[in-house]
Amino acid sequence: MSLQTIMLAVFDGVAYAALVFLVAVGMTLVFGVMRILNVAHGSLYALGAYLAASLVLGLGASGWSPWLAYPAMAAAAAIIGVVVGGAIETLLLQRIYAKEEALQLLVTFAVFMMLENIQRLVWGVQPYFVGEPLQMLGNIELGGIAYTRYQTLLLPAVALIVLFGLRFFLRGTLTGQVILAVTEDREAATSIGVNARRVFLSTFIIGATLAALAGALAAPTTSIQPGMGADMIVLSFAVAATAGLGNIEGSALTALLIGLARSFAVYIAPELEVLTPYLIMVIVLLVRPQGLFARPEARRI
Amino acid sequence: MLRRPLMIAAASLAVLAGAASPSFAQDKPAEIRIGISTFLSGPASVFGEPAKQAAEMIVEDMNRNGGILGAPVRVSYIDEGAGLETLTTEYKRLATEGKVDAFFASISSGNCNKIAPLAEDLKVLNIMWDCGTQQILEQTKYRYVFRTQANATPEVLATLLYLLKTKPNFKTIAVVNQDYAWGRDSWAIFSQALKKLRPDVQVVAELFPKFGAPDYSTEVSRLLALRPDVVLSTSWGGDLDTFVRQAAQRGLMRSSTFVLALGESSLQRIGKDLPDGVIIGARGDHYFLHPEQRDNAKFKAFMDAFKAKTGSYPIYPVFHMAQAFAGLEAAYKKASGANGGKFPTKDQVVDAMNGLKFQAMGRPITMRADGQGEEDQILGVTRRVEGYAFPVLDDMMIFPAAKIMPPVGQKSEDWINTLTPDFINTPVSSFKHR
Repeated sequence: MSLQTIMLAVFDGVAYAALVFLVAVGMTLVFGVMRILNVAHGSLYALGAYLAASLVLGLGASGWSPWLAYPAMAAAAAIIGVVVGGAIETLLLQRIYAKEEALQLLVTFAVFMMLENIQRLVWGVQPYFVGEPLQMLGNIELGGIAYTRYQTLLLPAVALIVLFGLRFFLRGTLTGQVILAVTEDREAATSIGVNARRVFLSTFIIGATLAALAGALAAPTTSIQPGMGADMIVLSFAVAATAGLGNIEGSALTALLIGLARSFAVYIAPELEVLTPYLIMVIVLLVRPQGLFARPEARRI
Repeated sequence: MLRRPLMIAAASLAVLAGAASPSFAQDKPAEIRIGISTFLSGPASVFGEPAKQAAEMIVEDMNRNGGILGAPVRVSYIDEGAGLETLTTEYKRLATEGKVDAFFASISSGNCNKIAPLAEDLKVLNIMWDCGTQQILEQTKYRYVFRTQANATPEVLATLLYLLKTKPNFKTIAVVNQDYAWGRDSWAIFSQALKKLRPDVQVVAELFPKFGAPDYSTEVSRLLALRPDVVLSTSWGGDLDTFVRQAAQRGLMRSSTFVLALGESSLQRIGKDLPDGVIIGARGDHYFLHPEQRDNAKFKAFMDAFKAKTGSYPIYPVFHMAQAFAGLEAAYKKASGANGGKFPTKDQVVDAMNGLKFQAMGRPITMRADGQGEEDQILGVTRRVEGYAFPVLDDMMIFPAAKIMPPVGQKSEDWINTLTPDFINTPVSSFKHR
């Protein structure tokens, strides 16, 4: 394997890992705090992509500056996160926190199925594509190969901002501390006056916004089409499970691991490409069933 | 106590027997009912939805003109996106409850594999209206199963021949196909024939990204590093769109000649990203500017009406749907002729499919003794012209079906092994865009 090939595989791997992390981190956060595995995460990702595409296409048609596409994508993520995420939490999840895990899983799965169909009703089945935000940034030559600035620079930058932003938010702000307190022990936190219900709502909205943001950022790189959400659930679950459910920094490292393994597979053994995330997951879980970075759980009783 | 249910069962059996009796079936029925399986959800709905729109337009038109032999046509749909289990359950239900006279099933080759023996068991006429796998009709002789269009073998061989005729000197090729049956099978046919016709060509990469993969950046990087003369892809739908756009954005389409065997179905979506000179196939002679049909008033009226209804010009599944209807209508008429002008029985319609000649929106199609249709193939290259927001096809060739598929009774892989480089000189008709 030549040095050039290794370099190319690293660039591709990092770009891919950035997007994988952005998708997985929302699911990880929601699970970490609320102990709910949100299957509807994939729909929020798809809705973010669709709404971003509609906003960007609408901007293009109305003749505004094309650079407004980037704020429009962020706005799409926030709208989906607050409106759809907020509705899911207040209308459904609030009623089932005390119920069995299997039921919680089924409820979020049902939400996923409904959102898939709503998305089909609103946007139809023909693939959408909004290349402008990617094309505007142009290409960059790396190792003699043209890469898009959007995928090799912008996406990893956003991933890092999200990673460190979340770290700072959880460790350095009062709201973050409150979230951590509820994660640690909900009853104790409630008894000293923390409104756990509000913490859950805001956590879920943040998680949903992150899922929608990943979709919005993926929109310029891919075809937005029915079924795109389902694939992302599986992939983000693989990342979250390998890292240890609920571990944010772990998800970042796992995403990088999976991204690099996948791109090296394309160069060396393309037949293994599809399998790499799951191979890594299986190997890790065989050795460390709680995941790579999970702390051993303290006994509650 | 047991008597009542027994009596009801006996009575309903008698009704069923009456409905199935030949004297009953020979009268003109109130309507001809067609069950159509198509993708209304999932990624393949890019094909299924336009085909459904087409079916509705065709049925409306048929019924305005008196239906088939005076009997109006009514269609019901099964969503293939709901999965094989649902499809077969629904299929059996419609067939056993006597709610369907003929099926058009299906788009997915995997589904056709399961439907063909099922139709045979249920003794119901089944037209495989869109699926491509050549194996079904080559491996088994069916009485009730037909295909009113080409199959993978002539589709892939026409693509290869067009490439060999127009780029005779290429040395290296890479393939990027979806990782599922069609992606693998089409490459198996292509590479087997390529070895026979141009054994010197080197295959530099065989990439099969996941079906529905959201990103091909790594594949594109690898191809940019390899610089193959030709990049082949038989992918379709959003997958093809994503791959082509990422390749175009990063300059891969400037350094390699792209061959997109199903490109016609994506042309209107990705057109503005495509440079001139990309080789485009259409799974048959399906093209809204078909060089021999575009001046035909009926053809043109359908193309314009479809564009007005859906916002896009018809793509190949629309043509396939029209062929299934045209084939069925022709079979009813032929069977009625053989039946002294009376309305034919279902079995007479099935018999009439053999050797049937019919024409939809391309060249005429002939049904072979094995139930396989002989359909010609069109290919061309992209060219930007005035009047369209996407490139149209230029330097078109139409390949005669009979010359590019094995004779009845022979399997594709055995027949391809007998090919010699002289096969490249298969005569074709050539057309320029006008």
